[in-house]
Amino acid sequence: MGFPHHPHPRETTVLSKYFGDAEARTLDGWKKRGGYKALEKALGMQPAEIVNIVKESGLRGRGGAGFPTGMKWSFMKPGDGKPHYLCCNADESEPGTFKDRELMRWTPHALVEGCAIGAYAIGAETAYIYIRGEFTEPLYWMEKAVKEAYAAGILGKNAMGTGKRVDVHVHKGAGAYICGEETALMNSLEGRRGNPRIKPPFPAVSGVFGMPTTINNVETLIASAPILLNGADWYKQMSLSNPKSTGTKLFSVCGNVQRPGTYEVVLGFPFKEFLYDLCGGPLHGRKFKAVIPGGASVPIQTMEEAEATLMDYEGFVAQGSMLGSGGVIVIDDAQPMVTVIARIARFFAHESCAQCTQCREGTAWTTKIMERIRDGEGTMEDLDTLLDIADQMTGKTICVLSDSCAVPVVSGIKKFRGEFEALIQGRRFHPVTAAVA
Amino acid sequence: MTPDLVGGVESPDYASHDRAGHGPYTPVFVGDVKRELDDLLTRYPNKMAALLPALWIVQREHRWVSEEAMVEVAELLELTPAYVKGVVTFYTMYHQHPVGKYFIQVCTTSPCGICGAEDVVKSFLRHTNAGELGITSPDGKFTVIEVECLGACGFATPVMINEEFIESVTPDKVPELLARLT
Amino acid sequence: MAEQKMVSLTIEDRPVTVPEGTTILEAAKIAGILIPHYCYHPGLPIAGVCRMCLVEVEKAPKLAPSCATTVAEGQVVHIYSDKSLDARKGVLEMLLINHPLDCPICDQSGECELQDYTYQEGREDSRYREPKRFNPAEDFGGDVIYVPNRCILCTRCVRFMDDVAHEPTLNVSERGDRALIGKFEGRDMTHPWAANVIDLCPVGALLSKDFLNKARAWELDRTASICPNCTQGCNVMMETRENQIVRMKPRPNEHVNAFFMCDWGRLNYRWMNEKNRAERPMVRQGATLAPTSWEAAITAAARAVSGKKVFVAASPMLSNESLFLLTELMQGGSGAFRVVEGEEAPLPGVEDLALRRERAANVYGAEKLGFRKTRELLGGLGQGDVLVVAGEDLAGIDSAALARAGDVIVISSVLPEAAAARASVVLPIANFSEEEGTVTNLRGRVQRFTQARQAPGETRPSWLVLGDLLGALGKQSSFFLPSEVFARLASANKAFAGLSYDTIGFKGLPLADAPAGPKTPVAVGAA
Repeated sequence: MGFPHHPHPRETTVLSKYFGDAEARTLDGWKKRGGYKALEKALGMQPAEIVNIVKESGLRGRGGAGFPTGMKWSFMKPGDGKPHYLCCNADESEPGTFKDRELMRWTPHALVEGCAIGAYAIGAETAYIYIRGEFTEPLYWMEKAVKEAYAAGILGKNAMGTGKRVDVHVHKGAGAYICGEETALMNSLEGRRGNPRIKPPFPAVSGVFGMPTTINNVETLIASAPILLNGADWYKQMSLSNPKSTGTKLFSVCGNVQRPGTYEVVLGFPFKEFLYDLCGGPLHGRKFKAVIPGGASVPIQTMEEAEATLMDYEGFVAQGSMLGSGGVIVIDDAQPMVTVIARIARFFAHESCAQCTQCREGTAWTTKIMERIRDGEGTMEDLDTLLDIADQMTGKTICVLSDSCAVPVVSGIKKFRGEFEALIQGRRFHPVTAAVA
Repeated sequence: MTPDLVGGVESPDYASHDRAGHGPYTPVFVGDVKRELDDLLTRYPNKMAALLPALWIVQREHRWVSEEAMVEVAELLELTPAYVKGVVTFYTMYHQHPVGKYFIQVCTTSPCGICGAEDVVKSFLRHTNAGELGITSPDGKFTVIEVECLGACGFATPVMINEEFIESVTPDKVPELLARLT
Repeated sequence: MAEQKMVSLTIEDRPVTVPEGTTILEAAKIAGILIPHYCYHPGLPIAGVCRMCLVEVEKAPKLAPSCATTVAEGQVVHIYSDKSLDARKGVLEMLLINHPLDCPICDQSGECELQDYTYQEGREDSRYREPKRFNPAEDFGGDVIYVPNRCILCTRCVRFMDDVAHEPTLNVSERGDRALIGKFEGRDMTHPWAANVIDLCPVGALLSKDFLNKARAWELDRTASICPNCTQGCNVMMETRENQIVRMKPRPNEHVNAFFMCDWGRLNYRWMNEKNRAERPMVRQGATLAPTSWEAAITAAARAVSGKKVFVAASPMLSNESLFLLTELMQGGSGAFRVVEGEEAPLPGVEDLALRRERAANVYGAEKLGFRKTRELLGGLGQGDVLVVAGEDLAGIDSAALARAGDVIVISSVLPEAAAARASVVLPIANFSEEEGTVTNLRGRVQRFTQARQAPGETRPSWLVLGDLLGALGKQSSFFLPSEVFARLASANKAFAGLSYDTIGFKGLPLADAPAGPKTPVAVGAA
């Protein structure tokens, strides 16, 4: 809802309706706002029914991968005699992304409800909400909400009086971006180093504690509730461009823009309008130069590309990037692209788990070269080396952190090569001064 | 926007936790704290899964995770100290040595970087007298470090001080922030 | 028993058919190709982290890690295609960017897989221009030194301690390019099997303190043998430089020791380099022993033994061949041996593998051939019996018992002090490392060992000396090869029937009445 700014009339606030509404965080407040009706309905349905509705709705994973949620839930085979687990991925660490934080600190019960629905739908009696350790506020509110839900009999061995067991536990992370990767999350939950696992086996076959597991993002789980209440068609209809991209999405907007914050729009929304109208456009005296629309792991867009984009999974791909997590990082003409990209590379080098050779060495090597170029000590050969390293880091590792580090470097050199060459040729970066109005 | 101060607001008295080589190790998991761990263990099908939560308890009680603490945790969870250490060193939030009374963590990843995070860092370094990143100030009160994305990019620049999460910090707000702490 | 489903695929244009569930890397081995790799090891759980084994699989979108990918029907795999070669080249370049490139002072040089693959497929130069990461070397305790700068983080060592030794002593510490192998202060690599990590390490990151700077890999002569230091009978390579054993390393045998050997066995080779040898045949002349010719010594020994009851005080380090010939010498007498004992130390991750309590190679063989195991070595020595001291050092022996002996014939590598005054004949023989033969382990497995060192002076193989002695006693015994002695043993002793050096080969074979071994031998390429 444009939070922390006022909701913009062009937003469609489904999940973010109560951002800023302190009462919504309590159990009573949430119930007053229609909370837990979806869970009540779900517990009276067959899990397979729920899965079908979610499939029909077209809901796709909102963490970054965009995998169809209903299909993911259907991978959990019922009646296999094994305990099933739901893991809620609240590790939100993708630079530029902060929507799950808002969802958890403003509508914690929405997540409790979403987890319960998801758990029930996949035949799990236990759900773990893995929240990154830095999220002090969300941890506080989520633990409080879970406690309230237990006290009110919503959770526990007799969930909402149905005799079915739904347990939800909050699990605190300890500072590792890589634990947002689903298999690394499972390892971390198990008390291990947050190393991603090789797949196969897939989580739905052998996940946390070796048991069938589904991992879903916060936003995805929360979306399941209104879908159950309003129906798959209601959700499917909310689609402005491509029928494969349905519903609303929270976009976290940050960087050099007038009104950074969390915005909820229907998928397919025009990006140009989003940036210049909803988000208020560039800062005074500046011009937009580039956008990274889906968190640091997606390709950088030129403004030409961005302004032609329709904000859905296919739309971003068509304009040289990806929707990813929906973390929109807006970069204006005062920022040297090389510095921005070097700092992103440093981020990935810091977060690499160290398993795969290309990632462990490649992220650090990339960072060192980028920083050398940034500091005016680069060579033209370095650009070739960077692209070669990026190629080695792509498609060859256990997880895609390695690929993610390569992406901004490749798209940066491709689309902003001039800035690289300028620094290499010894010219210092000057922010373009806009004409004074 | 003034945030609700949740989580560990007041920093525990530094002196009482300053072991730093002096005095014997006092076990963490006794009495109520042991009961807390026992309760935690019921959430997971095995003991190893309680490792991260157990380490958080250690850090809460002692302000850092010493090698003796790693041995204590290892024994309780039937792991080896080497294994526990491997886990502790993986995660950045567990302190492996004592830090200043106020552990200041400033996000400087690109989304905050392009909103002036470096200036916030400089401001903290100057006003705390810490001078350098990672070094505790001479009065033992402050340690300032840069951290990676804190997940509050729209509220640049977010800063964590111990368990307190503060949004929208600008260089000029720093003196007031520090004054409020001490 | 269900039929094992087979899968057919093509690897580098070679068709190969393997059981379902086999990895591409193992299938390639069967097809005769070794896909370069580091972190994979058939004795350890799969990690898939080094990324060296990536291969091109037709119709697959990405390169496949062949150590972690199972074969599929009709797959076409390319190991030397441009894409595969390029990927390996990339890994090698990345592994070397922080590497100190200190081959001239690194023990691993000459047997280093980083050297080997870089030479084969790596870049000629490095494009790295930045400062290299540095960490100081560490003493991990036991026999193990860790040099982090050379470490490629394959994690074989960590996985060995976790999953095979069942004592997680090593970890990966830190993250990203700061990562290195670590351990906990005060908890060292003192596990009885810890030094295996040195063998497992593909590079010079984990080194043996014992072997440090002793020899270059290419200076070593390597011989297939059996570790003589306990009754497990681990298969080993004895590695010598200038006729001194400088190292023993395990040789894989899925029936006995998988890929491993214990630290006690590994480091206990110095006794085979023993210097204080009986080097010449000797015959008593009054108060002294005078060197003489082999002929004269054998004649004198035969004369002393002829027609008498013989008690043989043998060593359980002697081969089946020698012990067998010694029984032929007994002439109604008997033989006994004693054996040093220590604590058993199993390797939990491998079935039926341990450092055994009885610390000698051929206890089982000795018992099978009729020698009695005892603590009172000379208990069975009758008054006036000829005492043949075979391989025993007679340390701590009961001198009163020794006094009961008539003539004392010493057939050993070292002249025992206790017998020096009493010996009438000394026939100097080769020790375990200097001759060829077989020994029998505690599960009744007969295994061949071969000659690793030249025997000193005029010493001769024990079986040759005993054969000549028996010949001089009128028993038809003229052997030119130890295999001939074994053939005689096999025809004389039911348990050994049907075995020969050819059939025993270098994996060994169980005796006819050997107790059943582990149900399934250690699986090669186990997940």
